[in-house]
Amino acid sequence: MLTKKNTRAALIAVLALTTAAAWPRAVSAETVLRIGMTAADIPRTLGQPDQGFEGNRFTGLTMYDALTGWDLSSADKASVVIPGLATEWKVDDADKTKWVFKLRPGVTFHDGSPFNADAVVWNVEKVLKQDAPQFDASQVGVTASRMPTLASAKKIDDMTVELTTKEPDSFLPINLTNLFMASPAKWQHFYDKAEGADAKAKSQAAWTAFAKDAAGTGPWKMASFTPRERLELVKNASYWDKARVPKVDRMVLLPMPEANARTAALLSGQVDWVEAPAPDALPELKQRGFKLYANEQPHVWPWQFSRVEGSPWNDIRVRKAANLCVDREGLRDGLLAGLMVPATGTFEPGHPWRGKPTFEIKYDKAAAQKLMQEAGFGPSKKLTVKTQTSASGSGQMQPLAMNEYLQQALAECYFDVKLDVIEWNTLFTNWRRGAKDPSANGSNATNVTYAAMDPFFALVRFLQSGMAPPVSNNWGFINNPKFDELVKKARQTFDPAARDAALAELHAASVDDAAFLYVAHDVGPRAMSPKVTGVVQPKSWFIDFSLVSIAQ
Amino acid sequence: MLAYIARRIVYVVPIVISVALVCFLLVHITPGDPLVAVLPADASQELAAQLRAAYGFDRPLPVQFGLWLLRALHGDLGNSIATGRPVLAEVLRAVGNTVTLAIAAAIIGFTMGILLGLIAGYFRETWIDKVATSFAIAGVSVPHYWLGMLLVIIFSVQLNWLPAVGAGPNGSNSWAWDWAHLKYLVLPAITTSVIPMGIVTRTVRALTGDILSQDFVEALRAKGLHERGVFRHVVKNAAPTALAVMGLQLGYMLGGSILIETVFSWPGSGFLLNSAIFQRDLPLLQGTILILALFFVFLNLLVDIAQAAIDPRIKRG
Repeated sequence: MLTKKNTRAALIAVLALTTAAAWPRAVSAETVLRIGMTAADIPRTLGQPDQGFEGNRFTGLTMYDALTGWDLSSADKASVVIPGLATEWKVDDADKTKWVFKLRPGVTFHDGSPFNADAVVWNVEKVLKQDAPQFDASQVGVTASRMPTLASAKKIDDMTVELTTKEPDSFLPINLTNLFMASPAKWQHFYDKAEGADAKAKSQAAWTAFAKDAAGTGPWKMASFTPRERLELVKNASYWDKARVPKVDRMVLLPMPEANARTAALLSGQVDWVEAPAPDALPELKQRGFKLYANEQPHVWPWQFSRVEGSPWNDIRVRKAANLCVDREGLRDGLLAGLMVPATGTFEPGHPWRGKPTFEIKYDKAAAQKLMQEAGFGPSKKLTVKTQTSASGSGQMQPLAMNEYLQQALAECYFDVKLDVIEWNTLFTNWRRGAKDPSANGSNATNVTYAAMDPFFALVRFLQSGMAPPVSNNWGFINNPKFDELVKKARQTFDPAARDAALAELHAASVDDAAFLYVAHDVGPRAMSPKVTGVVQPKSWFIDFSLVSIAQ
Repeated sequence: MLAYIARRIVYVVPIVISVALVCFLLVHITPGDPLVAVLPADASQELAAQLRAAYGFDRPLPVQFGLWLLRALHGDLGNSIATGRPVLAEVLRAVGNTVTLAIAAAIIGFTMGILLGLIAGYFRETWIDKVATSFAIAGVSVPHYWLGMLLVIIFSVQLNWLPAVGAGPNGSNSWAWDWAHLKYLVLPAITTSVIPMGIVTRTVRALTGDILSQDFVEALRAKGLHERGVFRHVVKNAAPTALAVMGLQLGYMLGGSILIETVFSWPGSGFLLNSAIFQRDLPLLQGTILILALFFVFLNLLVDIAQAAIDPRIKRG
């Protein structure tokens, strides 16, 4: 007969047994982080991702490492270059085109093969040496353009390589963050099995197979891949940097190009994290307890001025007036609902390449009007300027609305702004052709946003006279001997601190010259479930997923 | 009948070649650089020239077309510039997903359309007709991407009954016809079905009304045929035209909807086209358009043959 006492004892025993049975499962339950990306397809997985820095963020820095990397550990400090698969590097004192990189010992690829100097040479040659078996034209564009001076690599010993540049270039360690190390052994395995009419066809087949079953050295390993639908990564428990072994067991990446679809997926619990949620949904997301993250990105939303003969922007008073006539805080708080940082240059205070510009970019309508009057314009004599832009495009934020805002703001300072809205690819193509090209439609400025992760992309390609079309993106044909001299100085200064100081000098000079109409920096907004913790959103295009945890 | 089918098949050949030429030219006359997916705007000229040669874009356009057509005839649509993956495999996988969606939408849309059309036709000018016609007009008029978003807000976000996006819990690779997967199909299929539902309703209503007013129906009734028999005659007479309309609608649905598939992240041909357009991936764009156009051509051929089989007067023409 069950007494009250032994009933209680039986209940406790059942409870204890149930808990004991459930405990190991609870402990070993896999944690999964599901992310809705803005990309319409999974960025390429074979080592050199496409789709710009979003590609590097999701399929580059997760599965792969480069010789150098970015410090993504702080939300407050500027993200700077740190050692990656190379522990140290030094330029040759006698020949500044030669660099020696010491490699990190004890690192293995996901397939178990060792990372060494041979692997570095192999990865350099996959994009630079056209007769190498592993050379892949499809990886060249996104890689070679980001390390424009790298010429070759040579093994010195197992853990040391020598890299050679076409000309002395102190930016090389920064540029190398873009060259990810894929496993040569794994590729060779696919190459040996590949069928093809010739070596080129076999090589292509090997890369296709590698993309489906990739091996790098990164903190995440590829688990499964369904093109255009999902990429599943699992944590690399034996990652060389123990502080960056992922806290989550599995990460699922899902392409969701439509902002409302991404937001709905988050709200309905289908994903835990979305990139760039629909701006209109931000109040609802906040109200429902979702976490929102945003931080200044190395991105600039500018007007790049034409400096060809006859351009109204050749007068520095006009350039400065435009920069002083825009209420950037108003743009941020009104139109963009807080999702921008006002730009006062390419780099903001706190960045090592900011420098000390004397021209302070701020909203000062009276000063702008005065400058315009000095330049010969006024309420009855407006200056007509024409700007080319697009209705949409990667990194363009809200180009039409933002340009109309500028149009209204600049009208207060005696500008008559005409907008020439063209298709994004056409605008992008014209960016390379320059202000003199017929496709510019006689515009005096172009509105193409740019990434400012490294000195070449942030400054050199726009400011150096030799970068004028068709060579690179000096769209407006800026020809300022001071800029050329400062670019040369920065490129040939090899002490990192002195190089940064030279870059800061170049940046300050460009702000003082009002080289661009600097408007906004994007902030890379993200929204995520309250279950997601440990997120640090640095001032970067990238983010370290290793730090993230998720509650069950 | 065999001669008719052979004649129709011969007609298809010039259409297919024209389709291939038009889709090749269309993607080449659009502005921008065909290598934009793999070549940043800041790439050097030397690098751009090197890649242009590697991808064969440095050759004259007629040569590019000839080579592409030759490869296409051998079943090779080339590789995607952006991903490097074979275009044919990409397109076929996407088309498979779109077919799944189109079939589900066709079942919903055609069943509803035929039903509403017959009811409206039989009860012409009554309130029943007005209700059915209102459904049809709403189906044709409501922007389907808007309806899709609305359904997501109601059934996914608010009620949490159905998933908002995707094609199965683990993607379309592991698709199965069970509820765990079918629930991903419900919202996109309903959204896709509204336009064909509206069009079929209107067509069937008009046909039914027209046939019911013809003399032979009067004669059938006068001869004492019961209403079920009259209904059978009405359906048989309405079938060829309704079938042609449904065939066209099915063709449209098999072509995939960029908007609907993007709203639901459904990995079909519309989603693929969207991605190919934004990445300016010419081989993928050409291959997808070609396959979809061929689908449409062959579907029309099948409908023509089916019509001829149902209505012998057609093949005499």
